[in-house]
Parts: sequence; C-alpha cells; structure tokens
Amino acid sequence: MSTFVSSKGNGPPFQGRATGPLRARCEVLQYRKIGKYHSITFVSPEMADRAEPGMFVTIGVEGHSTVLRRPFAIYQVSRHGPWAGTVEIVFDVVGEGTRWLASRVKHDTVDLVGPLGTPFPLPKQNVGCLLVGQGYGAAPLLYLAGVLQQRGFRADMIIGAKDADGIFNAIEAKRLSATTILVTEDGSLGEEGNILDVMDRHLDLGRTGLIYASGPMPLLRDVSGLAASRGVPIRVAVEEAMACGTGVCWTCVMPVERKGAVYNLRSCIEGPVFNGAKVQWDAIGALPVHDIPEPLPEDDA
Amino acid sequence: MSTVPSSRKARSAPVTPAEVDLRVQLDDMILRNPILAASGTFASGQEINRFFDVNRLGAVVIKSITMEPRPGLPTPRMAETASGMLNAIGLQNAGVERWLSLDYPWLVHHGVPIIASIAGRTVHEYRQVAEKLRGLEGIVAIEANISSPNADAGGGLFAAHPATAAEVVSTIMRVATVPVFAKLTPDVTDIVPIAHAAAEAGASGVSLINTVLGMAIDVETRQPKLAAGMGGLSGPAIKPIAIRAVHQIHSVMPDLPIIGMGGAATVEDVVEFMLAGASAVAIGTATFANPMASMEIVEGLPNWLAERGIRHARSLIGGVRI
Repeated sequence: MSTFVSSKGNGPPFQGRATGPLRARCEVLQYRKIGKYHSITFVSPEMADRAEPGMFVTIGVEGHSTVLRRPFAIYQVSRHGPWAGTVEIVFDVVGEGTRWLASRVKHDTVDLVGPLGTPFPLPKQNVGCLLVGQGYGAAPLLYLAGVLQQRGFRADMIIGAKDADGIFNAIEAKRLSATTILVTEDGSLGEEGNILDVMDRHLDLGRTGLIYASGPMPLLRDVSGLAASRGVPIRVAVEEAMACGTGVCWTCVMPVERKGAVYNLRSCIEGPVFNGAKVQWDAIGALPVHDIPEPLPEDDA
Repeated sequence: MSTVPSSRKARSAPVTPAEVDLRVQLDDMILRNPILAASGTFASGQEINRFFDVNRLGAVVIKSITMEPRPGLPTPRMAETASGMLNAIGLQNAGVERWLSLDYPWLVHHGVPIIASIAGRTVHEYRQVAEKLRGLEGIVAIEANISSPNADAGGGLFAAHPATAAEVVSTIMRVATVPVFAKLTPDVTDIVPIAHAAAEAGASGVSLINTVLGMAIDVETRQPKLAAGMGGLSGPAIKPIAIRAVHQIHSVMPDLPIIGMGGAATVEDVVEFMLAGASAVAIGTATFANPMASMEIVEGLPNWLAERGIRHARSLIGGVRI
C-alpha cells in the first residue's frame, strides 16, 4: 500500500489539463541574496497556479553563446495577496548562465518555461515527515515544509552544508518545521558532523514515517540507503544534467526500479522526484539497463 | 545587405500573410508547411504537445527506432559547448514494436504526418524495421538514419561510404511503401558522391545533416565531458556546415529533394536552408532551448514571406544567388 499520495491527482499525463507547463517572458519582481545564495522572484500567475513543491522551471540565458536553458527548483510560490502570482528560485553562481542570471534586476524580463517535472507526493496518513537538504538544495524542501504545515503534518528538518555560509535560510526553516537541525562539516553553525549521523539519530526517535531529500546526488544516495535500511519510505529530488527539461532529449535518464524491473527514467518528466529506495544509485553513469521506460508502471512505494 | 531592397524590387503585387502558400512537395510527399521536428529532439510528440498543437507542423520526424529496444549510453550524455551542444544518447528507444503500440497511435489519432526515422546495426535490421512500417496510415516517409555518431562502435557509419549508403537504401526500398530519405553526415571527405549513391539506390531524397562528431574535455578532471567520450555536436555552431552540405548537393542534384537541418532556430534560418536548396527544414536543438521554437517559425514564416512579396514558400528552394 502506498504511503504517499500524488499532490496533483491522477489525470491523463499530457492532454487536457490546466496543469501543464507554459513558456512566458516573466518580469523580475525581486532579486535578493539569501545568505550567500541568490534568489529571484518572477511574476507569473499561471506558473504559480500550476506549481507544486519539487517542480522546477527552466530559464533561457541571453546574450551568450549558450544554447540550453538552465533548470532551477522552485523555492516558493505566492498565489494570493498583493504580490500574488509569483514564483521564486534560488541558485548559486557556478557558471556563465547563473552569472548572467545573478545580474538580473527588478523589472527585467526573463524567459521561463515551467512548471516542469513531478512534485513531491504528499503523505496519505498523518505521519511525521523528515526533510533532509544540503546547500541550496534545501530550498524546495522549505516550500514542501510550508505545504505540509498547511495540511497539518509534522515536519522536522535537517539542513546541512560544508560551513555556516552554505546553510540555506535557517530562520525560514525553523519557522516552517517542528524542529530544525543544522549540520556543518566544520562545525561553524549548528552541529559539527555530517547529515547522515544526524539523520540516523533522528530516526532513532521513532517519529519519522516519511523522508524527503534534496541536494547533491551523493547525499541523495546515502540518505536513500539509510532510509531503506530503516524501512522508511523516501522521496528524493534529483539533479541530473538535462538539455531540454521537457522530456524530449533523453539526456537526463536515471536507472529506477519499478515493479521489479529497472527503467531509464527521465529526471525532467518522470522526475525529478523519485522513490530514493528504487533509484539504482550504483548504476548511474554505468551502461543503462535494457528495460525501456514505457509504459510506466505506477510508482509502487 | 542588399537582399531586402532587391527582393522588394521584385515584388509584383502585395501579398498578405494569409495568402502565402507554405506547402512544399518532396517527391510524392506534400507537406502543409516546410517546418519539421527533427529526429531525436521531439520524443514521441506528446511532450511538446503540452506547449502547442504539434499537428500544425509539416511533419514530425520521430526519434530513431530500431528493431530491438536500445538502452542507449551511460550518463553524462550531454555537454553544452559554445553555440552548440554535444550529445551521446546512443539511440535509446523502446524498439519498433513498442513504438507502434505506444507512440504511433497517439500521432495517428492527432493526424500528425509522421516521418519514421529508422536505424539498425545491420542492413538487415533496417529492412526489418521498414517492413514493420509498411502501409501504415500516417507515415508519410522513412528517414534512414545511417549517420548517427552515437551508433554502436565497430561497424562505422553506413553513410561514410557511397557503397554502404546505397546498400542500406536499396534494401529499405525493397519493402518501403513511402518515400525514403537517407540522413547523411558531413563527417566525410566529400558528401556529394554519397548523396548520389543514395539517390541512385532509390532514395527519394536526403536529410542533411546529422550531428557532427565532437568532443569536450573538463579541464579540471581532465576527463571527457561525455561518458561516451565523443558525441554529436548540434545547434547554431553547425549551421554553416549544414548550409554548405545542402548547397553542395542541391548544386549538382537540383531535382533531389532535401530535408535540411542543423542549427535552424529562426525564420531566417529556415529561409537560408531553403535558399541553399532544402525543400523542408527540421528544427532540432532549438526545441530544447525553446519548446515553442518550431511553432514560432510556422507562425512567423508567412509574415516574412508576405513582407517580401513572396507568395509561395517553395519558390525559395535553391534561390541562392551565386
């Protein structure tokens, strides 16, 4: 029996739904720094309406010899209030695309496609949720924490980073969760150590029925392994290099087991949220398995 | 540039966008417009149909199908480069049977003209796949992908030599019930004799060009950016190579229909391909950057032509002035 329920309902996958992605030029409502990270809030009522935690947008980089869009997890959306109809993303400057993006200012317009991908499924019954994130990978978990809080679920958070600078928005995390544990490798903020140890201890408390994780692939692999060894269901939002974000290029495939067979699923359209216990972490980057991902069996966690 | 004034001079009567005739004919195949979705960049069509009605394209060239399912190559499969991207997907596909049961019905139901891209490790496999497609409603042509740089190592590319290119084409011709286009690579010393051999073997036309074999290295790790080492370069970076190939072949075989592709992303790019000699133009990597790319060209082309007093898109074909 599934412990998760899709937050979006089960419609036909592509047609006749107001939930699909859009492409639009969106105005920058706000640029701000959150710690060492950059955040941009875009005006797009349509995307805000359709977005769910775990989904992402892709952004076209202009004025460079780059040809591909850049994917960004959605950090927050606002559907109501005076600043309604906005979508916020968080990023770190890692290359020329994000450098360009970090130089956007209020009232600039930027080319967005979204929301894309599958959202985090929500718990079916009232269980304690543990949200584990590293670096700015924690951003979509804060969005999820807000949704869980609204629906009356308990959410505990573990946010880790190399050092204090890398911890994403600890204040907001504390506001949105029952407990928040910060972990840094150098001990400059919160506990010194690694996320796995803290998570291990938290699971000992016995109040975790579901785990959500977001961050770099090695973290997701380790966290998934620990969750599996404790028999706790886990959903992870993966980061795999993708060219299109829309399901047409087949660059971002991940080996995932469903119904006893391993399929090469696209992170952009069948993901980015996967059952961490079913991802074949050791097979990533190896020769793909021979099974092909269609028709897709239902996720059977 | 003098193109705009000179074409304005040639204008006889004003033309409105609504009057522009976008239809093109390639052998027996008549397309409502010359804009196609390039193989491998459009998946099954349903993904992009979330953004626009894909039935408005001239045709969809499906991602290459093979007889048996192919797992493709390891990740990372993609690396961005200046004005282009490298890919090494390795023809991942579910095989012709599953394509027929899963993707084909959707395309037929939506009335999308299908150009079936087929691939194989052996000449026999091309024939087997072509046999499976015989007489099927909605399939308007076969594109024989004999030039994928990500095809299995060992045999080399069928499109690298006139004799092997001809052998694949003539084998497909024995069973095909629709026009067959041979998709060629520019990674050869001279592409003209290969196109000639394909035509002699019965190909209705050629598709030009497949991706160009390339490589990128991460200078920190000193490893190739693609798991496969090398891969196919696509995008604006390769457009001049594609225009050159189209022009070369159209110059010596003006009656051989050409589907042009390689970096086309705008209305002007499509016009350029047609002036070089293409009768239709497939949009590829541009769809990754903008899922609406091909539709925006379909919508923009009539305006571009009307502004210049051009009533028939087909009149552009081979119109380069040398």
